[in-house]
Amino acid sequence: MATIDVNPGKPNQEVFAETVESLASADRNVIVVTSDSRGSGKLVKFGNQYPDQIVEVGIAEQNLVGVAAGLASAGKIVFAVSPACFLTARALEQIKNDVAYSDNPVKLVGISAGVSYGALGTTHHSLHDFAVLRAIHNMTIVAPADAYETEQAVRQSVQMNSPVYLRFGKKNMALLPNEINQNEFTIGKGRLIKAGQDVCLIATGETVQIAYEAAEKLEHDHGIRSNVISMHTIKPLDYSLLDELMKQGCPIITIEEHMIHGGLGEACASYLIQNGFHNKFKIIGICDEYTVTGSQSEIFTHYGISVSGITDLALKILIKS
Amino acid sequence: MSEKELIEKSRLYRRKIIQYIYMAKAGHTGGSLSCIDILNVLYNDIMNVSPEHFNSPDRDRYIQSKGHSVEALYVVLADKGFFPEKDLETLCKYQSHYIGHPTKKVHGIEQNTGALGHGLPLSVGIALAGKMDNKNYRVYTLLGDGELAEGSNWEAFLTASHHNLDNLCAILDYNKLQITSTVAQVYHPEPIPDKLKSFGWAVREVNGNDVEELSKTLKALPFEKDKPSFIIAHTTKGKGISYMENEIKWHHGVPSETQFKLAIEELNSI
Repeated sequence: MATIDVNPGKPNQEVFAETVESLASADRNVIVVTSDSRGSGKLVKFGNQYPDQIVEVGIAEQNLVGVAAGLASAGKIVFAVSPACFLTARALEQIKNDVAYSDNPVKLVGISAGVSYGALGTTHHSLHDFAVLRAIHNMTIVAPADAYETEQAVRQSVQMNSPVYLRFGKKNMALLPNEINQNEFTIGKGRLIKAGQDVCLIATGETVQIAYEAAEKLEHDHGIRSNVISMHTIKPLDYSLLDELMKQGCPIITIEEHMIHGGLGEACASYLIQNGFHNKFKIIGICDEYTVTGSQSEIFTHYGISVSGITDLALKILIKS
Repeated sequence: MSEKELIEKSRLYRRKIIQYIYMAKAGHTGGSLSCIDILNVLYNDIMNVSPEHFNSPDRDRYIQSKGHSVEALYVVLADKGFFPEKDLETLCKYQSHYIGHPTKKVHGIEQNTGALGHGLPLSVGIALAGKMDNKNYRVYTLLGDGELAEGSNWEAFLTASHHNLDNLCAILDYNKLQITSTVAQVYHPEPIPDKLKSFGWAVREVNGNDVEELSKTLKALPFEKDKPSFIIAHTTKGKGISYMENEIKWHHGVPSETQFKLAIEELNSI
């Protein structure tokens, strides 16, 4: 049950910080490890309130993950927080060996993920994180869409006794409709946001909101009804939901704030193609090129991660099919 | 354990290291022989850890950061009763848990290591948790000298002293050889004592193949209150087998039948 004030318009990483404050107040074993990242992680208040439950390692991501793994192995409930770009690249070997391989149940928290940092450029973008973490055994990958999913994901991650990567952006996110699956959020199970039978939009993280708006527009302007799914868990992927979608048989478009290689789209495609899916399938994501300069929203629009990008593609494949 | 008993243990362990590497036709011979006296003293004279209480939150921890010398750890753990020594006959064989680097699938091993520069940050985390929980356990980690070139060690050196982790002890197996050449030729880490002192550690140097000196030094921990302890253990790579000592080729050399017999004869004649 939600205990955080989930007003629309909060960044998911701020909801993460509020949730972890609530967890820390109830359990002194909840520890946050930061790499000079408490400001961007909205954890300044946490640090002031719970100085004994925050460990600062400085700008040293390898050390961040190694120390977090050590703490977790000694029984602490550990959130290792760092910008996703550094956490999942600089410290990838520590994630692979010290967290996943050694099975130390660290909650890796990638903040300002994807292209949240916009014009700060490629050094600060994480468009590889799904791909590299999907290729590591014993790693759950979750990119919540809104405040509700974020709080649930953080709380459920604490119940897990295995490693998990939580991916958050810094954009203010509206709450998605929650009518279909009221208060139903389970790591590993995709969440149906809107039901339809003409086309299926599978999105993750901050792109779910865009997919939902595109679905509304398709319905309003063209009478096309879409399934919109928040596939918040990239791994393990919800195969039973994909089975249902295959039975339904409509074309599928995936949308993600990630390189088109190795992310949500390819994960879905791999399962679908091996299990007899025959309809149209398209992936919307960041192309394999030097990413265009711009704000997050400009970058999204450039690569078709936008209401018009999704509706145009949906119309195109529906006409063809 | 008495000095005499420790010396005898080291001789036994060296024989077993050679025996199982010879059987497996694989292993890191030189480094296992250089660090075995350190492991011997830790497990037989210093640490509070046993197979029966391995899950105790109060146990001392040993993290072998130089994971490639796992054969040294295997023979000590087998001797301490963590698993039947016969298991080591499967070393590096298909589907064996006894692989060429430490894994938690083997009873008695704390963390999966092998990639270098990982043991110290892990140990810092475990030592921090001990401080948070007011536990009395101590964390020991064994570093290789070639491994000190990994930057993650230096990140963790800073964190350990910043958090006053006097329950942490890092031991450097300073045999001065790595796979390419001498350590000094590869990256020149000296002056190690000055570097570590300037990073806020309390430093001592010992003969890392002298069990009595090791025992005395480890019993003096922590060297300074509120400071993590660093032991520079001067060792000889390939120690105990004359034709292997200080020879780079024995980093992961496997003895032939003749060499194996020669090694065992030499160890038996001490």
